[in-house]
Parts: sequence; C-alpha cells; structure tokens
Amino acid sequence: MRREYTIIDEAGLHARPASLLVQVATKFPNEINIEYKGRKMTLKSIMIVMSLGVSQNTTIAIEVDGDNAEEVFTALEEVLNSNNLI
Amino acid sequence: MRINGIAASEGIAIKKVFKLESVVLTITEEKTSDVSAELEKLNKAIEVSVSELQVIREKTALSLDEEHAMIFDAHIQIAKDTEISCQVEELITSSNANGAYAFNTVSEMFAQMFEGMDNEYMKERAADVRDVARRVIAHILGVTLSDPTMIDEEVIVVAEDLTPSDTAQLNREFVKGFITNIGGRTSHSAIMARSLEIPAIVGTKNILESVQNGDIVILDGLDGVAIINPTKEEIAEYEQKNAELQERIAVWSKFVDQESITKDGKKVELAANIGSPDDVESVLKNGGEGVGLYRTEFLYMNNDNLPTEDEQFVAYKMVLESLKKKRVVIRTLDIGGDKHLDYLPMEPEMNPFLGHRALRLCLERIDLFKTQLRALLRAGVYGDLHIMFPMVATLNEVRKAKEVLNECKLELKNEKIKYSETVKVGIMVEIPAVAILADQFAKEVDFFSIGTNDLIQYSFAADRMNQKVSYLYQPYNPSLLRLIKMVIDASHKEGIWTGMCGEMAGDQIAAPILLGLGLDEFSMSASSILQTRYLFSKLNYKEMKEMAETVLNFGTNDEVKNYVNKTIKGETK
Repeated sequence: MRREYTIIDEAGLHARPASLLVQVATKFPNEINIEYKGRKMTLKSIMIVMSLGVSQNTTIAIEVDGDNAEEVFTALEEVLNSNNLI
Repeated sequence: MRINGIAASEGIAIKKVFKLESVVLTITEEKTSDVSAELEKLNKAIEVSVSELQVIREKTALSLDEEHAMIFDAHIQIAKDTEISCQVEELITSSNANGAYAFNTVSEMFAQMFEGMDNEYMKERAADVRDVARRVIAHILGVTLSDPTMIDEEVIVVAEDLTPSDTAQLNREFVKGFITNIGGRTSHSAIMARSLEIPAIVGTKNILESVQNGDIVILDGLDGVAIINPTKEEIAEYEQKNAELQERIAVWSKFVDQESITKDGKKVELAANIGSPDDVESVLKNGGEGVGLYRTEFLYMNNDNLPTEDEQFVAYKMVLESLKKKRVVIRTLDIGGDKHLDYLPMEPEMNPFLGHRALRLCLERIDLFKTQLRALLRAGVYGDLHIMFPMVATLNEVRKAKEVLNECKLELKNEKIKYSETVKVGIMVEIPAVAILADQFAKEVDFFSIGTNDLIQYSFAADRMNQKVSYLYQPYNPSLLRLIKMVIDASHKEGIWTGMCGEMAGDQIAAPILLGLGLDEFSMSASSILQTRYLFSKLNYKEMKEMAETVLNFGTNDEVKNYVNKTIKGETK
C-alpha cells in the first residue's frame, strides 16, 4: 500500500518529526519504506530519513507491506498531522 | 578588544566568561585484535549514551518545554540508529577497525552528507549527528565529557559551538548569554538563545581563542559585537544602552495586546509587512493587528520553477490560519523592475522600473496569474483575505484583473473546489496617475494601499537604485503628502479604507502626519509596531490633523520634518 504526502513544513521533514516517524515505524514489524525523488529507503532509520533531505513543498511516498497497512498508515499520519508536516 | 559576529539573539549582557571547551577525543586508526570485545564496547557505549540522552531529554522537558526536549528524541534515535550501528559493526568485523574509529568514520559520513545538502536547516543537523557521535565515541574511549552543570555564578558561555546537549545542561539561572565561534542565525545555539531570551552572538570565528576564563566580556546581541575586558567607559556606555533597551522594551511590551488608539480615542490599525509564512510568528509577538502586505515574490524567488497552485495555496493558507480572523492583504506577484526570476526570462529593458513588471506582466502571462489567483481564492476560505494588485496605472487594468479573478472563481466553481466568494480586492497606489484619479478607482475596489517607495520614485522621477539622486527620496515633501491626502480622502468618500505598506508607515515622523491625514491602516516591519503604537497613544488625533493641514502648505521636505519633530516633542512630553 502506497500513499503520497506533500510536506508543507518550512524546514521540510526535519529532525524532530522524522524521529517520531522512525519511532512509530520501528514499532511495527512491517516493511515500511519512504520514497523521495526516486530514492526508496527504509523509514526505520533516522539517518536514512534525514539524509533524504526532504524539503518544503515536495512530495514523499510511504509504502507499507502487510495486512495491517491501514493501521500503520493511521499511526504515521497521526505524526505527520500533529506536527503540521502535511 | 572587539570581536564581531552574527547577532543571533537580542539583548545586552556584561559578565564573566565561562569557556566551555570540549575534551579532545583522540581517535587512532589502530587495529583491534579482539573484534568481539570491540563490538561489546560499542554496544555498551551506545547503551550508556542512550540512557544519558534520556536523562538530558527529561531535564530539558522540565527546564524548557516538551518541544525542545523533542530534539533529544532525535538524538536518541541517532544513537540507536541501526543504519549507523550496522555500518560500524561491519567496519569493525571486516577490517578490524577500532570502535571509536569506526563510529567516527560512519557518523562523519552522515554529517558530511547533511552538510552538503542544499538546505540550511539540514546543514545544521550535521551538528546533531556529531554531538551524538562525540558522546558515543567518548564512552568507547572511556573519556568523560566536560560538564557545564558545574557553573555556579552568572556567566557568558563562550564556546566553539554549543551542542544541543551542552545547552540542555546549562543552568538557566547562571547563563546570561552565549558567544560562539561558529554557527548562523538558524544554528542550534542561536535558536536556543532566542527561546531562553538571553543575548547571543554566533559565528565570531575566534572568540574562544581570544578570551580566558574569568575575563569580563560585553555581549551586545543587538549589533553582534563582543568587547573583551572592556574599559570602565565602555562598561558604562553599555550599561546605559542596556538600561535604555530594558526601559523601551518594558514600555512598549505593555502595548502588545492593546488597540492602536490615540489619546483622544481615534483608532487605527497597525499591521505588518511579511515575506513568507515564517514571518508570522514575529507579527503576532509584536502585536500586529493584521498583515498589510504579504509579498508573494519570495515564493517565486526561492524556487527553481514557478510555484504550483497547491504550493501557493499551502503558504497562503498557513498565513491566513495563523492570523486567525485578522485581515491579511496578499499582493499578487510583483516581479520585474529589480526583481527577476531565473526561470522566467525577461527581455532587458532600458527603464525596468517603468517597464513590463508586476500586474502588467501578469496580465500578459494570464496562465501564471491564474495559478496565483486560484491559490488565493482557495486559501481565502481560511481567513480574512484581501487580494491586492501592484503597479496599477489605469482603471482598465483593474477591470481586466478583476475579470481574470472572476474567471478563476467560475473555474473553481465548475471544478467543485472550495473557494471564497467574498475575498476583497484592492490596489496598490504607487503611480501618481492613480493617486490623482483615486476618486474613480475608489468606486471599483474595496481598499487602497499606498506603496511609498515607488510613489516617491515616480513622483520625483528619481531612480531609487541611483545613489546620486537619493536626495530626492523625500517622504515628507508636501507634494507627496498632498498626493497621499487625495488618496485617503477619495477612499473615505466612497466608504473604503486606505492603508500604507511602505517604509514610511513605520517612520516615527511620517506616521503622525499620516495619522493626521486620516490613514486607516499602517503596515510596517513587525519590529516597529509596538513603538508606533506607543507613539500614537501619546498623540491627539485632533492635533495631528491640524499639524497635517499646516504642513501641507509648507514648501520643502525639511520644513515639514522640523515642524513635525517640534510638534511631536511637545506632544509626547
């Protein structure tokens, strides 16, 4: 399952929310990836997520494997929303 | 001795120096003979670092707030990061690297990757990675890091740079300022200083090498100047400067949530000029009653291509939402003249300020204009949006622009996209032809906003980029004041309002005249608002009206300036 989001925060997907995303992602056993500018990497490493350098007004895609993908997205979107990232 | 740097946080402090020097970690390339022992050291070091960071996190949550504490969540994640630890372990096992060397190599690779990014914020994050890496490496080496918690008197902390974990451990009671060798306005130490509301200077390059522990230093966070071991006279000068600053701040800050009202009860609106959603925070902090000018060029200029409708929508919506129901005047694209876009080639012109710019350009590039208008109409749902067209010269241009706006409304309606039907539409008055015919324009728009820089430039036929004719920048010249009066009077006759969004609105001499002329809204840089509100509270509208009428019959800029100066001094005594 794949969903796209436009990051609106002026600092892009910055350290604090990135760490929250990683925290949430690592709670699930699912394979969770983030795709940005054609690069697809794991969402379970803060270094990876930060090294993508996601900037403001660009689009990321998140891919989640597994039957409970909906549940994972709900948790991730909660982080994205509550941090005004999307 | 004086050292200059970047003024990162306002204020003045005169205190003893506390040098926060980092312990030197000696990392060698020496190979290990016992891989499993090295791996164990690594894991232990990570474990200890994580638990230390958790303590720092909790301390920060207590001494500052949850938001600042969250940065340590990121640090904990970095320390625990599997991407780093896997690569470090790989280095240790495959090439017998020692743990400190391996961790340093991998973390540096990431830090340098962040530094290489085309994003100021991410560049600064390299410091986060290095901060965490230092801690882990110190534990691998069995070295104790310096402990800023031992500060027990009021000091100014001087350091190469302040890492987030350093600042978290600083005792707020004693630390009265920071000065660092490196960093910029967005570096961690600068942000921290501003939220602690203590003065700071960053990027001095060599302050750390220039001071000794116990030296006295003057930290001037207003001008970004540090004076090491100052003379008595210098100390007296800065104590005076600080006393004045504190007094001003104390007086002005009382006006944050007050109305802008004269002694005799005339209300006006003091709004702010902004260039991006980032500026909103400062507008609210300074008690702005709205945004009188949002320059949308920034969106276009900080981009590699034309911003899409959605990108613009997001930015406008953000500003409107943050301002709650307060009025926000958004100016449509004003490029050309001295502002160019790399991705939108324009033909070279002999007189670019008199050329194909702003609304003129938008009316030719309808596609580009429509994208912005659609984004504005959609954002209008989220607040009190006023759209403003720049560089209007004729009524036909206004009609044409409104026509395009109506087409956009129709398009959105047909596409079933939510938009605001009631968005107000006004124009910048910056060309004398409009000022003179303001009575006719007033019948067809909802408001005027006078742009003084251009109005002066066009009225006096003086290129504002040309130093040699800069004496013709005459904001108090009665000819200009008469033009302004015509605009204000014409608007009131038709029951609409006039604002001003040029430098002049926040000018402490011009503002009282404008008040007397009946200007409804004054839009200025956010930092001038409280000062102006304070000034108005000391003035009587009735007297300013008389003063304005008097100066309209003067002959020169200087005569007006002197007269107003004298009158205001008498009034505010």
